[in-house]
Amino acid sequence: MKMSFLLAAGAAVAPAAAAAQSVTITIPPIKVSEYHKPYVAVWLEPAAGGPARTLAVWYDIKKGGNEPGTKWLADLRTWWRKGGRSLKLPANGVSGATRAPGAYRIPLPANLAPGAYTLHVEAAREEGGRELVSMPLAIPAPKGRASGKSELGAVTIVAR
Amino acid sequence: MIRTTVLLAAALCGLAAPATAHNQWLLPSSTVLSDLGQSVTVDAGASTAPFEADHAALPAEMVKVWAPDGTMGSIENAARLRYRSTFDVRIDKPGTWRIGMENNAVTGSFKLDGETWTLGRRRGPPPAAGAPVRNIASVDELPAGATDLDLTQVMSRNEFFVTAGEPSEALFAPTGKGLEIVPVTLPTDLVANEPGQFRFLVDGAPAAGLAVEVIPGGRRYRSDSQTLALTTDAEGLVTINWPSAGFYWLNAVMTDANPGHPKASKRRMSYTATLEVLAP
Repeated sequence: MKMSFLLAAGAAVAPAAAAAQSVTITIPPIKVSEYHKPYVAVWLEPAAGGPARTLAVWYDIKKGGNEPGTKWLADLRTWWRKGGRSLKLPANGVSGATRAPGAYRIPLPANLAPGAYTLHVEAAREEGGRELVSMPLAIPAPKGRASGKSELGAVTIVAR
Repeated sequence: MIRTTVLLAAALCGLAAPATAHNQWLLPSSTVLSDLGQSVTVDAGASTAPFEADHAALPAEMVKVWAPDGTMGSIENAARLRYRSTFDVRIDKPGTWRIGMENNAVTGSFKLDGETWTLGRRRGPPPAAGAPVRNIASVDELPAGATDLDLTQVMSRNEFFVTAGEPSEALFAPTGKGLEIVPVTLPTDLVANEPGQFRFLVDGAPAAGLAVEVIPGGRRYRSDSQTLALTTDAEGLVTINWPSAGFYWLNAVMTDANPGHPKASKRRMSYTATLEVLAP
């Protein structure tokens, strides 16, 4: 069961395999009676300061009405302050639906200028916690690994 | 005679230092919104410890709403409860909103035909039946024969800010009148691990050496108030290192002899803001 799930996840990200460099983030399975898939944002900030660039944001894109999915984007409070609030949503190639537990590969943009960056991954879950994982990321040779403790699993940066 | 003297003294004390023991506060349900079409629910009260509804409600009808585009918004669903009022503000435009109360009035006393009169909202117990009421509500009613004017212009502001989407700074343009702040760090961008900084201006010029007190919410759960007693520098800047995330009540009071009203000789200004500091 788990195997087939991982295969399915692998298949889902297969088109991104062409990208030379990528970030893989893991949403851990959490055993609670009321589980909601987390909101997740992945973004880069130049280490020397400057505007953030959002690589991915996963939220409840379909929910409308009085309390649309966008209402809770501010719960990704660091991302919201650093750059989320200036992003027009939905953003093509960036925003998407929330994901079930699993590993997801996110390609790094090909047009990233060489230099030092900080990669941030933030997750917030309804009836759950919120976690921010940050790690340095260097272009052109990004490599690294970090791990969350509660809402996020391993975050790996791979250059291929 | 003693009785009337005491009453008068009480009334004058009240005018000279209104409600010092009970701090007025506004407490919004949130200050950072990521969707238009939401509302902020606000509590408004006066009590010894900010945000603790245990003394008196503030009248919600005194609250004004400045929308980011410069238009005036309105409050909804106002209710006056015993210890606090509540109301909603629909945040339906992107940018930074300013919501609060402003007051600019002249109070004090004067003499008319040898009798002492008071000006401004009368405080203390009601006068005895049949006793003359020597009080006027507004400085505009000042009689021509008034002498011994002892009048103070009282200017106050009590406000908080809400940002929907990207912040905007249009509402932070100083008016150049009275005591006000210009944020260096935006009031809806505050995070516990980064100091907040604000510039105080009086009549548009930096208010140097001004005492500023910052009180964290949740006073009831601590043994002491943990008030941060700060002072502005020569540029009028105050820097606040937040002990933790949460709501804070910021207050500064200043008196001078530069009233904007020709009949007043003194001026008392106060600035109050409710600030929400998020966890990093």
